[in-house]
Amino acid sequence: MHTSGWIELAFFVGALVLITKPMGLYLMRVLDAKGKTRLDPLLKPLERLTYRLMGVKPDEEQDWKRYTFAMLLFSLVSCLFTYAILRLQLLLPLNPQRFGPMPPDLAFNTAVSFTSNTNWQNYGGESTLSYFSQMVGLAFQNFVSAGVGIALAAALVRGIARHSSRTLGNFWVDLVRTAYYLLLPICLVFAVFLVSQGMIQNFNPYTKARLIEPYQLPVEKKDDKGGTVLDASGRPVMDEQTVNEQIIAQGPVASQVAIKMLGTNGGGFFNANASHPFENPTPLSNFIQMLAILSIGSGLTYYLGRMVKNQKHGWSVWSAMVVLFLAGVLLAWWAESTGNPIHQRLGVVASDGNMEGKEVRFGIFNSALFATITTDASCGAVNSMLDSFTPLGGFVPLFNIQLGEIIFGGVGAGLYGMIVFVVLAVFIAGLMVGRTPEYLGKKIQAYDVKMAMLALLVLCLSILGFSAWAAVSQWGLAGLNNSGPHGLSEILYAYSSGTGNNGSAFAGLAGNTPWYNTTLGLAMLIGRFLMMVPIMALAGSLARKKVAPASSGTFPVSGGTFIALLLGTVLLIGALSFLPALALGPIVEHFLMIHGRLF
Amino acid sequence: MSQKSARKAPSLLDWGLIGPAIGGAFTKLSPRLMVKNPVMFVTMVGAILTTIAGFTARMDRGFIGQLAVWLWFTVLFANFAEAVAEGRGKAQADSLRKARKETMARRLQDGREEKIPATELLKGDLVVCEAGDVIPADGEVIEGIASVDEAAITGESAPVVRESGGDRSAVTGGTRVISDRIVVRVTMEKGHGFLDRMIAMVEGAKRQKTPNEIALTILLSALTVIFLLVCVTLKPFGIYSNADLSIPVLIALLVCLIPTTIGGLLSAIGISGIDRLIRRNVLATSGRAVEAAGDVDVLLLDKTGTITLGNRMATAFLPAPNIKPEHLADAAQLASMADETPEGRSIVVLAKEKFGLRGRGVAQLRAKFVPFTAQTRMSGVDFPASNVKPARSIRKGAVDAIRLHVDRLGGRFPSAVTRTVDNISRSGGTPLVVVDGREVLGVVQLKDVIKGGINERFAHLRKMGIKTVMITGDNPLTAAAIAAEAGVDDFLAQATPEAKLKCIREEQALGHLVAMTGDGTNDAPALAQADVGVAMNTGTQAAREAGNMVDLDSNPTKLIDIVEIGKQMLITRGSLTTFSIANDVAKYFAIIPAMLMATFPAIAPLNIMRLHSPASAILSAVIFNALVIIALIPLALRGVSYKPVGALAMLKRNLLIYGLGGVAVPFVGIKLIDVIISGLKLV
Repeated sequence: MHTSGWIELAFFVGALVLITKPMGLYLMRVLDAKGKTRLDPLLKPLERLTYRLMGVKPDEEQDWKRYTFAMLLFSLVSCLFTYAILRLQLLLPLNPQRFGPMPPDLAFNTAVSFTSNTNWQNYGGESTLSYFSQMVGLAFQNFVSAGVGIALAAALVRGIARHSSRTLGNFWVDLVRTAYYLLLPICLVFAVFLVSQGMIQNFNPYTKARLIEPYQLPVEKKDDKGGTVLDASGRPVMDEQTVNEQIIAQGPVASQVAIKMLGTNGGGFFNANASHPFENPTPLSNFIQMLAILSIGSGLTYYLGRMVKNQKHGWSVWSAMVVLFLAGVLLAWWAESTGNPIHQRLGVVASDGNMEGKEVRFGIFNSALFATITTDASCGAVNSMLDSFTPLGGFVPLFNIQLGEIIFGGVGAGLYGMIVFVVLAVFIAGLMVGRTPEYLGKKIQAYDVKMAMLALLVLCLSILGFSAWAAVSQWGLAGLNNSGPHGLSEILYAYSSGTGNNGSAFAGLAGNTPWYNTTLGLAMLIGRFLMMVPIMALAGSLARKKVAPASSGTFPVSGGTFIALLLGTVLLIGALSFLPALALGPIVEHFLMIHGRLF
Repeated sequence: MSQKSARKAPSLLDWGLIGPAIGGAFTKLSPRLMVKNPVMFVTMVGAILTTIAGFTARMDRGFIGQLAVWLWFTVLFANFAEAVAEGRGKAQADSLRKARKETMARRLQDGREEKIPATELLKGDLVVCEAGDVIPADGEVIEGIASVDEAAITGESAPVVRESGGDRSAVTGGTRVISDRIVVRVTMEKGHGFLDRMIAMVEGAKRQKTPNEIALTILLSALTVIFLLVCVTLKPFGIYSNADLSIPVLIALLVCLIPTTIGGLLSAIGISGIDRLIRRNVLATSGRAVEAAGDVDVLLLDKTGTITLGNRMATAFLPAPNIKPEHLADAAQLASMADETPEGRSIVVLAKEKFGLRGRGVAQLRAKFVPFTAQTRMSGVDFPASNVKPARSIRKGAVDAIRLHVDRLGGRFPSAVTRTVDNISRSGGTPLVVVDGREVLGVVQLKDVIKGGINERFAHLRKMGIKTVMITGDNPLTAAAIAAEAGVDDFLAQATPEAKLKCIREEQALGHLVAMTGDGTNDAPALAQADVGVAMNTGTQAAREAGNMVDLDSNPTKLIDIVEIGKQMLITRGSLTTFSIANDVAKYFAIIPAMLMATFPAIAPLNIMRLHSPASAILSAVIFNALVIIALIPLALRGVSYKPVGALAMLKRNLLIYGLGGVAVPFVGIKLIDVIISGLKLV
């Protein structure tokens, strides 16, 4: 754990603090249908035109049911739209590599994945998708799925802030304003910055480069019909093949990457995601990308404080998130720097810790930090291979996802996930001040508890249910590259990532099979949309309530005690349910590694 | 908080209660009752499955058998806790039931009396009760006055007066008339009367879950479902890992993880909350009302009797210009001679003390006493004209009444007197203007005497976040002065029943929860509107029906106790929930390594408690889980102590004790049990 890491961590947290307030204030304007921004002269006409084309009355607010219905309807339609593009890409423009249609199960998985802001990728972008599919099918979803998340968070925050109100805002207005005023302008600037760092942005066909040092590759010898030629002992006969050129993928990368980070989507243009030099060229681009992942999530806590007129509450929620963030970074960084004791016993000098699966240009710290951030948020972009982390290093991203990605979290999703925990914390501990529980003056009653617990239950059911099924079924085990606890971690990680709408993977799992494509697709749908409904119901219920004025007898929702309480609730309620499964995965693997066994 | 008349709490180790409670623990095993408590129901199903496994297992039968025994104990302990809480109520119900003997009623039918059993009385019937009769049903006195012994319900042996009209007209079935004769109109039929409801409440027979209890049950049930999911999916994960996780061990883990502690004690907490109220002689019509009491943040308190001692006392004579003080004192004394109110008597006494004027009988003066009426709002005395003196008419009363009186007689109200009146009002006194004919003589100053210690009590309430509002019929100036002296936060002066109702509605519209006390029929709307309405037992039937609590001692100050009891109940519930959930950490550390040790011996370092063996670790966790319910029964019944220190301080304290304590205690407890059972070689 080098000093440079500590310095960068301090810089990172400092930068996060600095952008939180401006981002929060800007969100106040964007998420207010009548909010004024400097971009109004440019975008207001466009905004009005959009409403006219969509037939939306921007002044008309919706109650929670209509808001939810609009959200679900929009997601369904946009999902079908993406599915259609993926299936029809051969007929569509901008396909210089002439990629064929995606198979139905993979197209379902991918369309659901991008609609649900998960961006789990069972395909390699550069070998499967046309530029049109990337830009229209996927990048479009990157914007709107982020918009849906932010809209939901805004509706929930309005539910908390308002009282005796039936409505929560207008979904279409929230979606349009978020896309036009927040995501598009920032991405434009961000993409230009990324290009300045060396990221590519073009429509060129893939380039062929002649290798300076051609190398030999053993390949299986084929007979005339394409079958493998076997020798006397039944093993395939190998031929040496000389490789002397490399295909270098091209494409409009910068524009995709900007929204992939800002919208916590995480779906890479290339298969190697943010470890690909074209997707993450410099240390600076790495730093700014990490900051971008957390920027909106962090700003939303400020938005929460502003909206409920209790800025201390906003900062307290932020502080609880930072504590969890730092704990994760430090554990992952420590585990990766400590490295693998077996290597050390074999006399392999790994002074820098566990470098397997990591880019040398990023090193231990930036890989551990990136892995923590991408799973704190529901981003899922990676700049190193999580599957190659040490057991405890890999435990951190897995655990982060299972907590519900509430550490800043996915845009919007992180805040509403955390608010579920706030509601539960207030409900359990609120009684201890001698009143029936209230959150910011609103009574937390049976209905609210039911909705909050339903959201948690959905998460648990999908992660544990699908994982348990896969762990004992033929199709589940067939996808595993690793045996033992590590294999279980891979399965657990896949469904956690899918349900949590994260999208990163323990890449040892070969997920592109009909079974995995379908079950992961279902996990993503459940994790996104079955979560949304109870949370919107909670928002609707909170909005209808009256507010009891604060007094010295009111439950405090800011300050050290509240932060400790919130952390305790997150860890006890959120994490304990996954501990037994984790014990059989990374935890046992860690102890076995100490005893010299690897998987 | 102690009241003289408070019923004594039965000791926790009363064998008369524990015996039946043990029986109750078993009868409550009926699935129909168990299913109402999802946490304990799951535990019972687990106990059944483990028992079956114990009989069918070929290996580890001793271990599985012991697991089964302790799982059954867990269920029984929870049932026992509820039975003990109910038993304490039942003891009181039995003493009440004695009062509900079969009585004969003397029904008035067309002016004639007939004897019928009390059970046949209908609403609206008229019954006659004379000295020695037991009043057959709840009703309202419509004729006569009588003293009634209400010891059966209040435990107070001094009889109370019940009379027709006014605010003391309600009588309760089961109480006994000691003197005189009254006619009562029956307002409640047998079986729905006050005593019946009281018995039902005390026994907890019709106990319904309060809103917060329902919400908490949902949370606990959801946690149970989550942990069920955790344990069910652990089986396939175990199969994948080649770890054979047996069903009894998974059940043990499940029972340890689901919140059995609070699940087992939740209803006991609710029952004992109502029980604590009853021991303070307050009867709540529902648990909901007790819960609301904890939430109350505005208290409307009647000035008289709650904040001040019942009576105002005369403290000074302040004459008008050119009038001698003696003259004023003499006139005031004459006007008060036949005035039997405490204020009137205090004027007579003051005149005697200050000027040596002796009281004279009205008859002896051949004077005619003019009593106070609502129309004139004055009282006084009239002397007929005689040879020696002309006729004289002395009046005393509130300033606006006297001003009207003087105006009508063509007199002039001196501005100096107006100033005096204002001064008195501003200082919290009540001015009583005395007038002889049309000549204003001056003002008698009456002062309220604030109860000792009430100031500190209000300061406490403020710390609890509760606003106090004093309700008084006084004018705003007087009210402000008394309010300042007593330390209340706000006051409502010249309060009429309508003003009270409006005040409550306004506070509620601002989101406050309001509690008030009342006794008169005109208080009934306000009592019904308030979130917690405490009717005085001496009050009218209408008031007792409108409120959701009745104070049998008729002591308005008790409102403060009621709020504290409500808060205490909520705190107990929250503390034990927190404790229960926090316990899970240590149980994980006991059970998870034990479960995996056979397959993955490398996991041994996770056994941080250094428990003896996997079997002893699992059994210790289950035993701890069962014993902690028994250990916490006294706390559940007594309630977590409540101190008015403000929400943050209280949260810190309780989080430390029940949150951190909840994490730490089971580590110690499980280790201790492990040492004992491995020492005894039980596993």
